[in-house]
Amino acid sequence: MKNNFSMQVDALLSNESFIRSTIANFALPLNPTVAEINDIKTAVSEAVTNCIVHAYANKGGVIYIDCNITDNILGITIKDTGVGISDVNKAREPFYTTKANEERSGMGFTLMETFMDNLEVISNPGGGTTVKMTKEING
Amino acid sequence: MEIKYITNGNTLTAKLYGELDEYSAEYVRLSLDKVLESTNFVPNAKIVLDFSHVSFMDSTGIGVLLGRYNKFSKKQIGLLISNPPAHVDRILKMSGIYKIMPLA
Repeated sequence: MKNNFSMQVDALLSNESFIRSTIANFALPLNPTVAEINDIKTAVSEAVTNCIVHAYANKGGVIYIDCNITDNILGITIKDTGVGISDVNKAREPFYTTKANEERSGMGFTLMETFMDNLEVISNPGGGTTVKMTKEING
Repeated sequence: MEIKYITNGNTLTAKLYGELDEYSAEYVRLSLDKVLESTNFVPNAKIVLDFSHVSFMDSTGIGVLLGRYNKFSKKQIGLLISNPPAHVDRILKMSGIYKIMPLA
Protein backbone atom coordinates (compact mmCIF):
# COMPACT_ATOMS: atom_id res chain seq x y z
CA MET A 1 0.00 0.00 0.00
CA LYS A 2 0.96 3.66 -0.40
CA ASN A 3 -0.23 6.56 1.70
CA ASN A 4 0.93 10.09 2.58
CA PHE A 5 0.09 12.83 4.97
CA SER A 6 1.56 16.20 5.90
CA MET A 7 0.87 18.72 8.61
CA GLN A 8 2.24 21.93 10.06
CA VAL A 9 1.94 22.37 13.80
CA ASP A 10 2.88 25.18 16.14
CA ALA A 11 5.93 24.29 18.25
CA LEU A 12 4.08 24.14 21.55
CA LEU A 13 4.68 21.56 24.28
CA SER A 14 0.92 21.11 24.56
CA ASN A 15 0.95 19.74 20.98
CA GLU A 16 3.45 16.93 21.71
CA SER A 17 0.86 14.31 22.66
CA PHE A 18 -1.34 15.24 19.68
CA ILE A 19 1.56 14.96 17.21
CA ARG A 20 2.86 11.55 18.39
CA SER A 21 -0.67 10.10 18.62
CA THR A 22 -1.57 11.38 15.15
CA ILE A 23 1.51 9.80 13.55
CA ALA A 24 0.95 6.54 15.44
CA ASN A 25 -2.66 6.54 14.21
CA PHE A 26 -1.47 7.06 10.62
CA ALA A 27 0.50 3.78 10.97
CA LEU A 28 -2.51 1.80 12.25
CA PRO A 29 -3.47 0.34 8.82
CA LEU A 30 -0.13 -1.56 9.00
CA ASN A 31 -1.43 -3.35 12.12
CA PRO A 32 1.52 -2.44 14.35
CA THR A 33 1.98 -4.20 17.69
CA VAL A 34 1.57 -2.20 20.90
CA ALA A 35 5.38 -2.20 21.19
CA GLU A 36 5.77 -0.81 17.65
CA ILE A 37 3.21 1.93 18.38
CA ASN A 38 5.16 2.92 21.49
CA ASP A 39 8.44 2.91 19.50
CA ILE A 40 6.93 5.32 16.96
CA LYS A 41 5.43 7.56 19.65
CA THR A 42 8.71 7.76 21.55
CA ALA A 43 10.85 8.52 18.48
CA VAL A 44 8.39 11.21 17.34
CA SER A 45 8.23 12.70 20.83
CA GLU A 46 12.03 12.99 20.94
CA ALA A 47 12.20 14.72 17.56
CA VAL A 48 9.35 17.11 18.41
CA THR A 49 10.84 17.95 21.82
CA ASN A 50 14.12 18.82 20.05
CA CYS A 51 12.25 21.21 17.73
CA ILE A 52 10.46 22.98 20.57
CA VAL A 53 13.22 23.07 23.21
CA HIS A 54 16.40 23.29 21.13
CA ALA A 55 15.56 24.58 17.64
CA TYR A 56 13.04 27.19 18.77
CA ALA A 57 14.27 27.56 22.39
CA ASN A 58 10.66 27.49 23.68
CA LYS A 59 9.90 30.72 21.79
CA GLY A 60 7.57 29.12 19.27
CA GLY A 61 7.84 28.33 15.57
CA VAL A 62 6.40 25.84 13.14
CA ILE A 63 7.08 22.11 12.95
CA TYR A 64 6.68 20.59 9.48
CA ILE A 65 5.74 16.92 9.39
CA ASP A 66 5.57 14.56 6.42
CA CYS A 67 4.70 10.90 6.78
CA ASN A 68 4.42 8.18 4.19
CA ILE A 69 3.72 4.50 4.02
CA THR A 70 5.19 2.33 1.27
CA ASP A 71 4.23 -1.32 1.64
CA ASN A 72 5.01 -1.96 5.33
CA ILE A 73 7.59 0.84 5.76
CA LEU A 74 6.59 3.95 7.71
CA GLY A 75 8.60 7.07 6.87
CA ILE A 76 8.52 10.15 9.09
CA THR A 77 10.14 13.52 8.36
CA ILE A 78 10.12 16.18 11.08
CA LYS A 79 11.54 19.56 10.14
CA ASP A 80 12.09 22.89 11.86
CA THR A 81 13.56 26.22 10.74
CA GLY A 82 15.25 26.93 14.07
CA VAL A 83 18.85 27.41 15.18
CA GLY A 84 20.21 24.17 13.74
CA ILE A 85 22.89 21.87 15.14
CA SER A 86 26.56 22.78 14.67
CA ASP A 87 27.90 19.24 15.19
CA VAL A 88 25.35 16.56 14.37
CA ASN A 89 27.72 13.68 15.16
CA LYS A 90 28.34 15.09 18.63
CA ALA A 91 24.61 15.66 19.19
CA ARG A 92 23.93 12.01 18.32
CA GLU A 93 26.36 10.69 20.94
CA PRO A 94 24.53 8.96 23.84
CA PHE A 95 24.03 11.20 26.87
CA TYR A 96 25.43 14.30 25.10
CA THR A 97 23.42 17.40 25.99
CA THR A 98 23.93 21.13 25.59
CA LYS A 99 21.53 21.79 28.46
CA ALA A 100 22.85 19.64 31.33
CA ASN A 101 21.76 22.20 33.91
CA GLU A 102 18.15 21.80 32.76
CA GLU A 103 17.94 18.13 33.78
CA ARG A 104 18.17 16.79 30.23
CA SER A 105 19.22 13.19 29.66
CA GLY A 106 20.91 13.58 26.26
CA MET A 107 19.19 10.39 25.10
CA GLY A 108 16.88 11.85 22.45
CA PHE A 109 18.76 10.80 19.29
CA THR A 110 19.76 7.47 20.90
CA LEU A 111 16.09 6.61 21.45
CA MET A 112 15.19 7.64 17.88
CA GLU A 113 17.99 5.39 16.57
CA THR A 114 17.01 2.50 18.81
CA PHE A 115 13.28 2.57 18.23
CA MET A 116 13.37 3.21 14.47
CA ASP A 117 15.26 1.30 11.73
CA ASN A 118 16.94 4.32 10.15
CA LEU A 119 17.66 7.84 11.34
CA GLU A 120 19.04 10.65 9.21
CA VAL A 121 19.72 14.10 10.69
CA ILE A 122 20.39 16.99 8.33
CA SER A 123 21.23 20.30 9.98
CA ASN A 124 23.05 23.57 9.46
CA PRO A 125 23.61 26.25 12.08
CA GLY A 126 20.92 28.85 11.46
CA GLY A 127 19.31 26.71 8.77
CA GLY A 128 17.08 24.45 10.82
CA THR A 129 17.09 20.69 11.26
CA THR A 130 15.42 17.86 9.37
CA VAL A 131 15.06 14.44 10.96
CA LYS A 132 14.11 11.53 8.69
CA MET A 133 13.21 8.18 10.21
CA THR A 134 11.87 4.93 8.81
CA LYS A 135 10.51 1.84 10.48
CA GLU A 136 9.37 -1.46 9.07
CA ILE A 137 6.10 -2.47 10.68
CA ASN A 138 5.87 -6.21 11.01
CA GLY A 139 2.73 -6.31 13.17
CA MET B 1 -0.34 13.88 34.39
CA GLU B 2 -1.41 13.53 37.99
CA ILE B 3 0.42 12.26 41.08
CA LYS B 4 -1.26 10.70 44.12
CA TYR B 5 0.71 10.22 47.33
CA ILE B 6 0.22 7.40 49.83
CA THR B 7 2.21 7.14 53.07
CA ASN B 8 2.92 3.79 54.71
CA GLY B 9 5.45 3.76 57.58
CA ASN B 10 8.75 5.17 56.33
CA THR B 11 7.68 4.77 52.69
CA LEU B 12 5.92 7.38 50.63
CA THR B 13 4.47 6.07 47.38
CA ALA B 14 3.98 8.52 44.54
CA LYS B 15 1.60 7.04 41.97
CA LEU B 16 2.01 8.70 38.59
CA TYR B 17 -0.97 8.78 36.22
CA GLY B 18 -0.73 9.75 32.54
CA GLU B 19 1.99 10.68 30.07
CA LEU B 20 5.45 11.83 31.17
CA ASP B 21 6.88 14.05 28.45
CA GLU B 22 8.30 17.56 28.16
CA TYR B 23 4.80 19.01 28.54
CA SER B 24 4.08 17.29 31.87
CA ALA B 25 7.67 17.21 33.21
CA GLU B 26 7.44 20.54 34.98
CA TYR B 27 4.39 19.40 36.94
CA VAL B 28 6.21 16.23 38.06
CA ARG B 29 9.32 18.20 39.07
CA LEU B 30 7.35 20.75 41.06
CA SER B 31 5.09 18.19 42.73
CA LEU B 32 7.94 15.96 43.94
CA ASP B 33 10.11 18.91 44.98
CA LYS B 34 7.20 20.32 46.99
CA VAL B 35 6.94 16.99 48.83
CA LEU B 36 10.67 17.10 49.52
CA GLU B 37 10.44 20.60 50.98
CA SER B 38 7.21 20.22 52.94
CA THR B 39 7.67 16.77 54.52
CA ASN B 40 9.55 15.93 57.71
CA PHE B 41 11.04 12.65 56.59
CA VAL B 42 11.90 9.99 59.17
CA PRO B 43 15.41 8.45 59.02
CA ASN B 44 15.78 5.91 56.20
CA ALA B 45 12.74 7.29 54.44
CA LYS B 46 12.04 6.00 50.95
CA ILE B 47 9.98 7.26 48.10
CA VAL B 48 8.55 4.72 45.67
CA LEU B 49 7.68 6.10 42.25
CA ASP B 50 4.87 3.90 41.00
CA PHE B 51 4.91 3.87 37.19
CA SER B 52 2.10 1.34 36.70
CA HIS B 53 -0.25 4.00 35.31
CA VAL B 54 2.29 5.85 33.16
CA SER B 55 0.93 5.34 29.65
CA PHE B 56 3.88 7.02 27.90
CA MET B 57 7.37 8.24 28.75
CA ASP B 58 10.19 9.61 26.62
CA SER B 59 13.76 10.66 27.50
CA THR B 60 12.44 13.75 29.28
CA GLY B 61 11.37 11.37 32.05
CA ILE B 62 14.99 10.28 32.55
CA GLY B 63 16.05 13.90 33.00
CA VAL B 64 13.29 14.43 35.56
CA LEU B 65 14.35 11.31 37.51
CA LEU B 66 18.05 12.28 37.49
CA GLY B 67 17.15 15.74 38.74
CA ARG B 68 15.06 14.32 41.60
CA TYR B 69 17.83 11.86 42.49
CA ASN B 70 20.26 14.76 42.85
CA LYS B 71 17.90 16.62 45.18
CA PHE B 72 16.56 13.72 47.26
CA SER B 73 19.91 11.97 47.76
CA LYS B 74 21.26 15.14 49.39
CA LYS B 75 18.70 14.58 52.15
CA GLN B 76 19.45 10.84 52.37
CA ILE B 77 16.07 9.93 50.92
CA GLY B 78 16.11 6.86 48.69
CA LEU B 79 14.13 6.76 45.47
CA LEU B 80 12.79 3.49 44.09
CA ILE B 81 10.84 2.67 40.94
CA SER B 82 7.95 0.23 40.82
CA ASN B 83 5.83 -1.43 38.13
CA PRO B 84 7.09 0.26 34.97
CA PRO B 85 5.18 -0.88 31.85
CA ALA B 86 7.36 -2.64 29.24
CA HIS B 87 7.99 0.42 27.04
CA VAL B 88 8.89 2.58 30.06
CA ASP B 89 11.11 -0.17 31.49
CA ARG B 90 13.03 -0.34 28.21
CA ILE B 91 13.93 3.37 28.36
CA LEU B 92 14.77 3.16 32.07
CA LYS B 93 17.12 0.21 31.38
CA MET B 94 18.83 2.02 28.49
CA SER B 95 19.48 5.04 30.69
CA GLY B 96 21.17 3.00 33.44
CA ILE B 97 18.99 4.73 36.05
CA TYR B 98 18.26 1.48 37.92
CA LYS B 99 21.81 1.65 39.31
CA ILE B 100 20.82 4.64 41.44
CA MET B 101 17.04 4.12 41.56
CA PRO B 102 16.42 0.36 41.88
CA LEU B 103 13.15 -1.44 41.39
CA ALA B 104 11.07 -1.58 44.56
